[in-house]
Amino acid sequence: MAAAQVIRSEWTKIRSVASTVWTLSLAVVVTLVLGMLISALSANEFDRMGARDRIAFDPTFVSFAGMSLGQLAMIVFGVLVVSNEYSTGMIRTSLAAVPQRGGFLAGKIGVATALALVVGLATGFAAFFLGQAVLGEYKASLGDEGVLRAVIGGGLYMTLIAVFSMGVATMLRSPMLSLGILMPFFFLISNILGNVDATKKIGRFLPDQAGSRIMQVVPPLDDDTPYGPWGGLGIMVLWVVAALAGGYLLLKKRDA
Amino acid sequence: MIEAVGLTKRYGDKTAVYNLSFQVRPGAVTGFLGPNGSGKSTTMRMILGLDNPTAGHVTIGGYPYRRLPNAARQVGALLDAKAVHGGRSARSHLLSLAQLSGIPARRVDEVLGVVGLHEVARQRSKGFSLGMGQRLGIAAALLGDPQVLLFDEPVNGLDPEGILWVRNLMKSLAAEGRTVFVSSHLMSEMALTADHLIVIGRGQLLSDMSVKDFISANSADFARVRTPDTEPQQREKLSAALTEAGGSVLPEQDGALRVTGLPLPRLSDIAHEAGVRLWELSPHQASLEEAYMRMTQGAVDYRSTIDQKEGFQEPLPPGAQPPVPVPGQGQIGWYAPPPPQQGGQHFAAAPGAPQAPAGPYGAPDAPGAVPGAPVAPVANPYARPVPQPGQGAAVAAPPSAAPAAAPAASPAAPAGPAGSDVTKPEDAR
Repeated sequence: MAAAQVIRSEWTKIRSVASTVWTLSLAVVVTLVLGMLISALSANEFDRMGARDRIAFDPTFVSFAGMSLGQLAMIVFGVLVVSNEYSTGMIRTSLAAVPQRGGFLAGKIGVATALALVVGLATGFAAFFLGQAVLGEYKASLGDEGVLRAVIGGGLYMTLIAVFSMGVATMLRSPMLSLGILMPFFFLISNILGNVDATKKIGRFLPDQAGSRIMQVVPPLDDDTPYGPWGGLGIMVLWVVAALAGGYLLLKKRDA
Repeated sequence: MIEAVGLTKRYGDKTAVYNLSFQVRPGAVTGFLGPNGSGKSTTMRMILGLDNPTAGHVTIGGYPYRRLPNAARQVGALLDAKAVHGGRSARSHLLSLAQLSGIPARRVDEVLGVVGLHEVARQRSKGFSLGMGQRLGIAAALLGDPQVLLFDEPVNGLDPEGILWVRNLMKSLAAEGRTVFVSSHLMSEMALTADHLIVIGRGQLLSDMSVKDFISANSADFARVRTPDTEPQQREKLSAALTEAGGSVLPEQDGALRVTGLPLPRLSDIAHEAGVRLWELSPHQASLEEAYMRMTQGAVDYRSTIDQKEGFQEPLPPGAQPPVPVPGQGQIGWYAPPPPQQGGQHFAAAPGAPQAPAGPYGAPDAPGAVPGAPVAPVANPYARPVPQPGQGAAVAAPPSAAPAAAPAASPAAPAGPAGSDVTKPEDAR
């Protein structure tokens, strides 16, 4: 009963602000357009690739290339959904109406997660089909081994990125602080850590690097990643759970 | 019924609320008064279970807020008028709150009508004025038709019509048997709205009594006596006679005398015996605002100082007088009339007091203040060359010490309270 009330209320909140539409549609558009662009470039380049690169060519993963930027819009969505309450002060009104803070947080994150999942899955399938259409003769098909898993995984990846951001925003409360930490982290720091040999072994346990493993169908040559596609997603889920647990504990304890 | 027992809240080493105990009863508007930063909002947040008290507890109907069954239907609160997402319409804002508490959507339109926002209900609240924000906040508080209502500074930013509306709303809610708890820093507003007053300063309880009791305990009755402006010596004569008869006399800036401790008929008799004609003899009541300020002046956190404008002012040409300061500007305790129970002992220097041979109206060197002098019929205490270092020292003293020190330090200093009469409402209601 109370859960249904929170969910209805959060649904009203989320659809009555423009930022929801903007951030989510930006995530979709950026992912699709950039994915098609990189797919087209790859299709052009394929003839000039070396033999090793041709063997390791992963048409599915190439079509998801837009997610590296599209996920940033997902982060903004996740951060704003939570921190809007704090930056406006509405959190006090909300918590006065629902003194059970755990239930309130669960309802809020549940609604936003469901929306992100729908958008993420749609984006995953759309990015795949559009990318394959552009790739032409080098395309993969949904029936190929591991491809469906990768496409659904792409949707899950985008969702989990958004949920992780919600957890972080619950802990930090300020939208500026949350974005200021999350954006450079996922756009720069994680990439740097993952590509420098010295830090590679640590870098691949970061949420985005571990999670994006599920979108790969053809693993890179001499791949020594200690986890598989679902293992990687599991690592990402652990990060998300940790962020949410931190947010929950702080919300429960802290003065609103 | 709201009940706080030993409520204490510390933020680090700053104590926002200390050992606050009070009860807010149903069927009455209870005003919660205190200067800015005195802990009113913190107390409200603790009542609503938003902040955890460091010590003590507060309950609503016997339950701590967080364990109150169906809290949103029992308690409605306006905490901050700006606590609305600017991109969300007024209706969506209220709808989300209604759904959160399981209130049907048609109630949203009802309360929008009650607060008069139905015409702008679908506009983004970003463009709302502070007054419209207050109305939206009040609508949110009314949503659940609750028995207990808390309003934090609800009249901030409202126009006079809106203030009147809030006042009547509070009263009608209380008349329906609800518990209404309203915070404000305006005594004048609370005197009109509230039945009961809880006054805090620096987070501590200063007073907890009905408005009626507050008025009779804190506002001294006094009489204003005016002698003919053309004959200042008559006023000196009357002052002396009244003091002799046991009254206390405080000169006012416009030349009238404020007399306490003597009933009106007796005043008239004394004047008659002294052969002094009266132009005015009227009963007055010191304003509640003054009583409230006197009560909280030791607990005010933010106080203005005199703007020295050093480096901006050009040296005065020889012979020119510096501008007369506005009474009260940056002067601690300038408004404070004497506490009634201590009577007129602070009242300045009546004629005959050794330090003030020239009477209380001016510095001894001011020619107009010399009794019998034909010039300057109305002696203005501010008409002498000021400021003097001596006066500054007298008014800068701690409030409790200021009245006692004043007569000795400077005869003009006690005229400060009298000067406030011009700018302040005189009657309590």
